[in-house]
Amino acid sequence: FTGNMFIASDNSSPSFKDFTLVMPAVAVGNVGQLAVDLIVSNLNMSRVGHIHTDCLIPMAGNNPYATCKDDAEEIHTPAEVYTAPELKLAVLQIRAPIIQTKNKKFRQLIVSWIKASGFSRTVVLSSSHAYRRDDQQLQGSPVRYLFTPSLLKVSADALKELGWREMERVPAFPGLTDADTEPRLCIPGGGITKGLYTDSCTEDLPLAVLLLFCSEGDNVPDAFTLVNHLNDWLHLLDNPSQETPKWKIPSSWSLLFGSGIPPALF
Amino acid sequence: MATFFGEVLSVYSRAVEEDDEDLDENEEDEQIRRELEEKREIHLHWNPEVSEFLRSGNKLQCSDFILAVGHNAARFLSVYVLTSANWDAVGHASVWNERSRPATVQTSGESACIFYRHKDNPSVLICQVTSYIAEDQLFQWAEKVFDCLQHRELNVTVLSDSSVADYKTADYLSSSSPPFLRSLHTSTFHGEPVCQSLEQPNIVTGLPAAVLNHCQVHCIAAVAYQCYSDITGPDSVTMETYKPALTKLGKSIELDSSPSTDVLRKFVKTTDIQSNLYI
Repeated sequence: FTGNMFIASDNSSPSFKDFTLVMPAVAVGNVGQLAVDLIVSNLNMSRVGHIHTDCLIPMAGNNPYATCKDDAEEIHTPAEVYTAPELKLAVLQIRAPIIQTKNKKFRQLIVSWIKASGFSRTVVLSSSHAYRRDDQQLQGSPVRYLFTPSLLKVSADALKELGWREMERVPAFPGLTDADTEPRLCIPGGGITKGLYTDSCTEDLPLAVLLLFCSEGDNVPDAFTLVNHLNDWLHLLDNPSQETPKWKIPSSWSLLFGSGIPPALF
Repeated sequence: MATFFGEVLSVYSRAVEEDDEDLDENEEDEQIRRELEEKREIHLHWNPEVSEFLRSGNKLQCSDFILAVGHNAARFLSVYVLTSANWDAVGHASVWNERSRPATVQTSGESACIFYRHKDNPSVLICQVTSYIAEDQLFQWAEKVFDCLQHRELNVTVLSDSSVADYKTADYLSSSSPPFLRSLHTSTFHGEPVCQSLEQPNIVTGLPAAVLNHCQVHCIAAVAYQCYSDITGPDSVTMETYKPALTKLGKSIELDSSPSTDVLRKFVKTTDIQSNLYI
């Protein structure tokens, strides 16, 4: 056999029927992945399985969401699925880059898994190079959305209320006015985001992309911006006082910029 | 990328490559890509007895599979375990990628990925890997090797080299001085690891990670011991760090606890100085 599949953690296969799936695209600044870390660790979601595939670079580590010594020793793999059944929420976390030649295969794998699992909708958290914005994209909020037609059908009202901006299509040849070339969707630095969106359009899947323009660096603030926008829509974390909710930072975010300073230096 | 000290590191840009969806791929490109992919495939070559056994649909009975990745881990096994002459080389894996040198491809006898089996206790299998296995080949390696082994009652121990530069800690003073071991094990592993568990945010990558991933999803008991060392070449102190990991296995593996200096010298001094610029 060639293992390219969802494998449940225990023997019972979980049901995702009518769940909302949130997943990151491995993209510039890892913003989507950081945002997903916040969701998993703050909603105390439990792992239900792995996506075991040759499309991702292997990695392993102990529990990235450990809160105490007792739950620290637990192995984690490059792609795992978590659920919060009471919220009807499932989250796919991807912790490793996709092998470049297998981008397309990975996309197809994800799309067919989404179809087979019966998710009611999928939200892809992503990012795009800030320096590649055109004039119209430079203004206002850095957050953009894309909804597939089948999701738009059921979420048009909610979308209007949120007041988000749709990702602009850009002209293929900026500066040239040519009637033949239609403006096209362009998500530089977004990894599989665009492909996943266009595939979902053709497959008639209800899928949303929520993305943020950013640059590489300390992308933790970007992750908060993105996850707060998602929370405005899905109401994952209660914020009765209408303030922005307080997200706890998971233990795996420590030392993001390397080790401490060796005292021998001084 | 090469560092100031000359080690070659694979470094990612966190900026992700653009989706080359818009590029039309013609037939010739596709053929080249397919051929390249075929060339990068991993092949296992077993000796006639084993391959005959596998061909008839059997899997190797294996109670302990010990995998050593890296020069120090592999030489540790050579010095402390394989010298006892009770081991048969039963096969090797051939791997081709961008870092393979033409010479190593031709002399298959000197493969950098060799499997040994214990003469008296054939259920103990050892594998030494010193070659570079590319990221797209790791998953396949784990899948092909474990496909030859019977999963029931299988215990996997991985020893792997790592640089202390890759070890993240907030506090240098209270952390161990190199070389030291850290462990990571699958959920079905129920033993007591011989050292501290790998702390977040440290991770395991490469072949050890591929093996752990495979074992975790297929419910195989596996433990990986990562040795963080501050010496890049093979050295006896780093090798010795692995000792507790195997003494734990006790009955199935006999450890030559004090190898003769001749043996040690043979395995430590094999790196030739290629340049006297950085001694």
